[in-house]
Amino acid sequence: MTAPKTLYDKIWDAHVVDQADDGTCLLYIDRHLVHEVTSPQAFEGLRMAGRKVRAPEKTIAVPDHNVPTTLDREDPATMTEDSRIQVAALDKNAKEFGINYYPVTDVRQGIVHIVGPEQGWTLPGMTVVCGDSHTATHGAFGALAHGIGTSEVEHVLATQTLIQKKSKNMKVEITGKLRPGVTAKDITLAVIGATGTGGGTGYVIEYCGEAIRDLSMEGRMTVCNMAIEGGARAGLIAPDETTYEYVKGRPHAPKGAQFEAALAWWKTLFTDEGAHFDKVVTLKGEEIEPVVTWGTSPEDVLPISGVVPAPEDFKGGKIEAARRSIEYMGLTAGQKLTDIAIDTVFIGSCTNGRIEDLRAAAAILKGKKIKDGMRAMVVPGSGLVRAQAEEEGLADIFKEAGFEWRMAGCSMCLAMNPDQLAEGERCASTSNRNFEGRQGYKGRTHLVSPAMAAAAAITGHLTDVRELM
Amino acid sequence: MEKFETVTGIAAPMPLVNIDTDMIIPKIFLKTIKRSGLGVNLFDEMRYDRQGNEIPDFVLNKPQYREASILVAGDNFGCGSSREHAPWALADFGIKVIISTSFADIFYNNSFKNGMLPIVLPQEQVDALMKDAEKGANARMTVDLENQIITSSDGVEFPFEVDAFKKHCLLNGLDDIGLTMEKESSITAFEGAAAQARPWV
Ligand code: SF4
Repeated sequence: MTAPKTLYDKIWDAHVVDQADDGTCLLYIDRHLVHEVTSPQAFEGLRMAGRKVRAPEKTIAVPDHNVPTTLDREDPATMTEDSRIQVAALDKNAKEFGINYYPVTDVRQGIVHIVGPEQGWTLPGMTVVCGDSHTATHGAFGALAHGIGTSEVEHVLATQTLIQKKSKNMKVEITGKLRPGVTAKDITLAVIGATGTGGGTGYVIEYCGEAIRDLSMEGRMTVCNMAIEGGARAGLIAPDETTYEYVKGRPHAPKGAQFEAALAWWKTLFTDEGAHFDKVVTLKGEEIEPVVTWGTSPEDVLPISGVVPAPEDFKGGKIEAARRSIEYMGLTAGQKLTDIAIDTVFIGSCTNGRIEDLRAAAAILKGKKIKDGMRAMVVPGSGLVRAQAEEEGLADIFKEAGFEWRMAGCSMCLAMNPDQLAEGERCASTSNRNFEGRQGYKGRTHLVSPAMAAAAAITGHLTDVRELM
Repeated sequence: MEKFETVTGIAAPMPLVNIDTDMIIPKIFLKTIKRSGLGVNLFDEMRYDRQGNEIPDFVLNKPQYREASILVAGDNFGCGSSREHAPWALADFGIKVIISTSFADIFYNNSFKNGMLPIVLPQEQVDALMKDAEKGANARMTVDLENQIITSSDGVEFPFEVDAFKKHCLLNGLDDIGLTMEKESSITAFEGAAAQARPWV
C-alpha cells in the first residue's frame, strides 16, 4: 500500500522528470505564463545562446503591468519611454519565438492571471509558473502554481522544466458558512491576519473546508491569489464540480472524449484520508467579518468594526513596524476604522478584477452616487471581463455612480502605468499589497473586498458594507 | 552558453586594484531590458567623458587594445554589488578571460555563468603577465583551459587551477540551463509518457 498523499504530493509526483540524491528535482512545467516586465532578459538569454523556446504551445504571453488603461492607450504617447520599450520587447519576443500572445489590441488581453484561467490554459493538476508572485492564483484549480525569477523564466523557456526542492504541506481549513457581506477577499485577508506574512514560508497551502467548497471559482482564485502574501510558495484548492463546470468549454480546455479522460484524472486530485500536513490552521467561517487593512503589511488586518491599534499592542520587531505603519498611514491609535476618510477607490487587479467582483461592487453601487470629490476607478481584469460587464449593464451602474470605466491591466495595483496615487492620497483598494509606495509615492492603501470598496466610495470613509445591503 | 575553446588573443593590462562593479558598469545602465548590448558601457565612467567622448588614455580606447579578449587586472577584481550586469558587460565587450591575484566571490561565480574564465595566479606571475600585456597588440597570449595553461607571447607557460566541475561546464558550454539540457532524453521521455497519460495538456 502506498502512503496517503496530499493533493500537493500528487501533483508534484506527476511532474518529476528527474530526482538527484539530495532531493533536488527537475519538475516538468505544463504552462508558462509570461508578461513584459520579467521576461526581456530571459528571451535575450535564449537569443544569445541560440536557443529556442522548447514548448511554445505551452507558453502564453500578455502585456499587463505597464499598459495604460485609458481608451486612447493604443497611442504610444500614453506610455513612458521605458514602458513602451518593455511592451514592444514582448511583442517582438512573442512573434520571434512563436508563443501564444494576447497583445494590447486583442480583446482577450488583460492581467496574466486572469487571462490564463479565462482562456482555459489553467487546468486542474497542472504545474503553472510565471515570472510573477501572484501566479499562486491558479492554485484555485488544483494546479501547482508559483512565481519564478528571470533566470528561471529563461530556464523554463529553454527546457520546460524547473529545478526545485519540495516544500512542506500546510492545511488551512475554513469551516462552516460565511455570513452575508463576507467574501473570499475577507477569508484570504483573515487567514493572513491569523498566520502573519511569514506564516506560510516554506509551505504549499491547501485551502479546504465548507466555506472554501462553497466559493465560486472566482472566489477561490481570490483566496489562492494572496497565498503569497502569507509567505507560501503556492496555494491549492482541490478541484470539484465547481471547477469542472468553470473549465468546461473554455477555448483551450479539452473537449469531448479528451474532457472525459481529463475529468477521470482530475477526480483523483484530492488529499487522501490520513495524509500528513506539517502545519494546520483552522478558522471558523461564521466568525469572519468584513475586514480592512490599517497598516502597510497585508497582515495588518482587522474587522471593519475595529479600531487602529497602538504599537504597544504588538510584540518584538512588530512594535516598531506598527509605529512606522501608523505614521505612514496618517492614523492615530484608537481611531475607529470606519472614521478613516478615503479619497480614492480602486476596483481591479488579479485579486479582484473578475466579473463576480464587478457584480458585487455594482450591487452596492446601483442607483447610488459616489461621494463628492471621490476619485473612483474600475479596471476590469481582462478585455472580456470588460465586455461582459458592459453587456450586463454593470458598466452603466459604475459610470452613473461616478466611477471611471477603464481598459484592462494591472493599473493602480502597482502603479507602474500612469494610474497612481498622489502623495498622501488614501485609497480603498481591492488589490493585494499595501506596501509603502505600492500604489504611488507616499500613497496610502487599505485593502478591502470589492463590495467594501464600493461602500467606501459612496460614504467617503471605510464602511461596513452590511450597512448598505 | 558557447563552449569555452582555447583563447588566443590580446591581453589588456589594468593594474588598478579593487576594480568594482560600479566601475565595470555604472548603475544607470541597469534599467535595460537586455543583458546584451552593455559592452559599449563597459567601464563607462573611466572610458568616456561627460560628453560621451572617449578618453584616449583609457586602456580599452587605445588602438592596440580595442580588440582585447583577455584582461590582466589588479587585486580584488569585481568587488561591489552582485549585479550580473558586470559580467554581462565584459562578455558583451568580448572579454573571455580575466587574470588577477583575486576576485570578489560573487563576481567570480557570475563570470562562469556567462562563459568567462577568471584565473587566479600568484602576484609575481600576474606581474609577469601584466608586463607581457603591456607589449601591445603583437603580444598574444594563449589560454588553454583543457590543459590549464596560460602561454605568454614569448612562450612562457603558467599553469593555473580551476574547479573541476566549473571547468567541465565551461568546456562544454553548460550553464544551469545547459546542465538541464543534458537531461534532454529524460525530458523527452517524460513528455512522451505525459502525452499518453494526459494528452489534453
Ligand atoms: S494585478 Fe497587481 S498583483 Fe496582479 S499581476 Fe498585476 S501587478 Fe501583480
